[in-house]
Amino acid sequence: MLLFIVFAPLLTALLILIGSPARLTALLGSAATAAATLVALFLYQSAIGGFQFVTSFPISQSWRLQFLLGADGLSLIMLFLAALVLLCAVWCTPPIERSERLFYASLLFLASGAIGAFASLDLFFFYAFHELALIPTFLLIGIWGSGNRFAAAWKVTIYLGLGSFVLLLGLILLYRSVPPALRSFDLRALQAVAADGGIAASAQNQIFFLLLIGFGVLISLFPFHTWAPEAYASAPAPAAMLHAGVLKKFGLYGLLRIALPLLPEGARHWNTLLIILLLGNIIYVGLVTIAQKRLDWMLGYSSVMHMGYIFLGIASANLIGLNGAAVLMFAHGISIALLFALAGEIRRRTGTLVFADLGGLGKMMPFVGFTFGLAAFAAIGLPGFANFASDVMIFFGAFRVGASWEGFHLIQVATVLALWGVVISAVYLLRAYRAIFMGLPNDRASALPGLSRRFRAPIVLLIAATMIVGFFPNTLLDLLRPTFSPPVAANR
Amino acid sequence: MIPAPALEIAVLLWGLALLLVDAFAGQKDRRGFAIAAIAGLFVVLVASFFLRPAPAATTAGLWSFYAADPLAIFFKRFALVTTILVLAMAIDFAPAIRIGVPGAHPHAGLGEFFTIPIFTCAGLMWMASAIDFVMIFVSLELVTISFYVLVSFTRRNPLALEAGVKYLILSALSTGFLVYGITWIFGVTGETNLARIGAVLAAQGFDRIPLLFGIALVLVALGFKIAAVPFQIWVPDVYQGAPTPVTAFLSVGSKAAGFVVLLRVLGPFSILPQVGRLLIGLTVLTLIYGNFAALPQTNLKRLLGYSSIAHAGYLLIGVVTFSGAAVAYYLVAYLLMTLLSFAVLVVVGNSAGDEIDDYAGLGRRSPFLAFAMLIAMISLAGVPFTAGFLGKFFIFDAAIRHHQTLLVVIGLITVGCGFYYYLKVVRAMYWLQPSSDATPIPLSALSRLTMALLIGAIFILGVYPQPILEALNTPAAPMVAR
Repeated sequence: MLLFIVFAPLLTALLILIGSPARLTALLGSAATAAATLVALFLYQSAIGGFQFVTSFPISQSWRLQFLLGADGLSLIMLFLAALVLLCAVWCTPPIERSERLFYASLLFLASGAIGAFASLDLFFFYAFHELALIPTFLLIGIWGSGNRFAAAWKVTIYLGLGSFVLLLGLILLYRSVPPALRSFDLRALQAVAADGGIAASAQNQIFFLLLIGFGVLISLFPFHTWAPEAYASAPAPAAMLHAGVLKKFGLYGLLRIALPLLPEGARHWNTLLIILLLGNIIYVGLVTIAQKRLDWMLGYSSVMHMGYIFLGIASANLIGLNGAAVLMFAHGISIALLFALAGEIRRRTGTLVFADLGGLGKMMPFVGFTFGLAAFAAIGLPGFANFASDVMIFFGAFRVGASWEGFHLIQVATVLALWGVVISAVYLLRAYRAIFMGLPNDRASALPGLSRRFRAPIVLLIAATMIVGFFPNTLLDLLRPTFSPPVAANR
Repeated sequence: MIPAPALEIAVLLWGLALLLVDAFAGQKDRRGFAIAAIAGLFVVLVASFFLRPAPAATTAGLWSFYAADPLAIFFKRFALVTTILVLAMAIDFAPAIRIGVPGAHPHAGLGEFFTIPIFTCAGLMWMASAIDFVMIFVSLELVTISFYVLVSFTRRNPLALEAGVKYLILSALSTGFLVYGITWIFGVTGETNLARIGAVLAAQGFDRIPLLFGIALVLVALGFKIAAVPFQIWVPDVYQGAPTPVTAFLSVGSKAAGFVVLLRVLGPFSILPQVGRLLIGLTVLTLIYGNFAALPQTNLKRLLGYSSIAHAGYLLIGVVTFSGAAVAYYLVAYLLMTLLSFAVLVVVGNSAGDEIDDYAGLGRRSPFLAFAMLIAMISLAGVPFTAGFLGKFFIFDAAIRHHQTLLVVIGLITVGCGFYYYLKVVRAMYWLQPSSDATPIPLSALSRLTMALLIGAIFILGVYPQPILEALNTPAAPMVAR
């Protein structure tokens, strides 16, 4: 099952490179992947819990390295997100003039990097799969990007390359910190070791710091976020959807999967730092977002800002906060993919994304206007969308940590401040909506090309996904229960 | 079952035979020479898997200066594979040789160009087995002298002449250092055999200062071979000027042999803490200089020259931490990706040029060549699922295991630089439009096969490193320090 999910996009990409019709193959391949993840979601027995669908091939005896696939609720949700966004990104891709094959193949490689990472239980392959996305990103932004695309491509590639080497050092150190007899890259083995207290506290502090920085760069944690807005602004819309929606979640997934359960001491040690940095994400980057004058840059910054909430859930390290973080990972992935898809469509039809040049488009493009409104509400976190359910859980979870009548802890202060972030997102998203769709149409709006035929279905699909989870968050929470209850909730 | 020294002798005899045939072959096409040379070396490569094990614990006669341990056998095969690939590349390079060499008939010089690498190969193979300073010196000279000829082979080209002169002078100088260093070490210990030197050092008090002086001189000479900073000055000019297959040979064969000798020589001297510090200093300089100087390069051959300095830095991390397996694996990865990039360089260089700008739009012009170069570059940069990544992984693991924090931090920064300058080539191939000529570049079947094999090997070793790790990990000599 997982073998198919991991290798379907890779094989599709290779088929496209060899010469089968690019768009059709990509669509079929990604649809098959998405269907397979959906089936896996239903087949997963959350009553039993743990990692299921485990497959393994030994690679190196002396390193105890194996190609090990397996999934629990959290990974399945991420897999589904990745496959769904991939399908929609491929679907709504406008016709590509230059090297169509390479474009679709790069998209599929990008997604298969994320999918492989989410499905890997072996830390080595978990890392390696994520890096698979690096070169496609470089090509996608450099060849088909817009604006200052060369600089953006360089920046994102070198930034992420460096960040992931920091991460690699952290993982090697983790491997080495375990007593030699138990050394392994197998996540389950490591979890067993960590549960017995096999990793010394001082080692945990070092490793957690490296992982926090390494993953932090990939997630665009506050001082390491500068690559993200520029890259997303320059990337072609499908690439931005996948990168902001799915690939960024890799770092969060790593924190939830590796850093928190294996290194609880380290997490406690660096919690204060994490809380301060996440406030940087929410407040500082939030204010920067308000100041943006172009939709693509604004969305780029907003995706950085929303990472702050997920970090808050992680910093709370209790059951409700972590569940909220996991659901928000899914919800944010959907909503930001939606917004980038819509921004791409607006750019395709009007040729610009500068707020000052847009206006009054609500009449010209009603479908885009309506769905943009829904997506903006979802991103702000209005009830009915998945983001709302998860935001609420994160705030409750974070506020509960060490609550006492005497006074506020740092995390309570942070939660109160983070609540203002919701207002900040409302400000910039509604302002963007007004600037683009309200008011009088300018002369640019008079001769617009029609709505792309490829566009309607994927958007509806994404909105449906976020609304289903918004109304029935338990569909995801049931899956997540076995992941978070035993190892992590014991933290505090 | 074949005794190990027979391998080198066979290679040498094959080379002599081909030279003789060349002398009497008149105006015949010399392509067959390369094929014959490749075939001969391939036979030797196969034979190397049927070796009679070296007599255990014998240090008399031949075995006092010749070792046939797994390390030696491994690098003999390494030298053979390198030479075979270089010869395959040389066939494509033949047109440039015809232009660059004056002669009575169009095939003048080609015969020698195809046979001299065989002698180099014999020298490299001997070097892998050398455990005595005299043997090290002799085999090193065999390699170096054959390179004198090869580097300036296209003698109508002033750049090649300049490269030849530079290589000759600096190489001779470094040989002087080596001999002088050996003299000092011999003066202190009274031995030239490495094992016996180790025994002397372990057994009794000795004069530290002269010994350190001696080993420092030897390090200078070896630093020249492996292109470690500050002994790297020759690298960019020689790499750019020499015929491309020779550059590839220099950067892989010569460097690998230098590292084998370094691993062997340092063994007995590891009890001197100063040597370790000296090596760390060399490593830091090499990493920083190689990577930072590569950043602004615009000529691909020159860029690869600097990158070879940079990789020497990573390899030195492995040497500092005495991780034979990591060094061996890194060298194999380096062999694959460097030879792949040079193979593309030869083909593209024939019809376009060696500047990075000449690669503009190669992705549309010749997708296969561009793909091969892409793989070579991302492997050199260290992207997962390629051999280059696992090489860096093992090296960084060794550094972390030995708590070399400084080396880890510098290695991290330089990896970032690497991403920039290797992707510069990718950028040219895929981002930019072809400049003027957009016809596909012709590619011979042999080159295509070679490149496909190299690409396959890069990916296979990138996920399945076990064969290489096991090759050095036989029970006789556990090289993998876990």
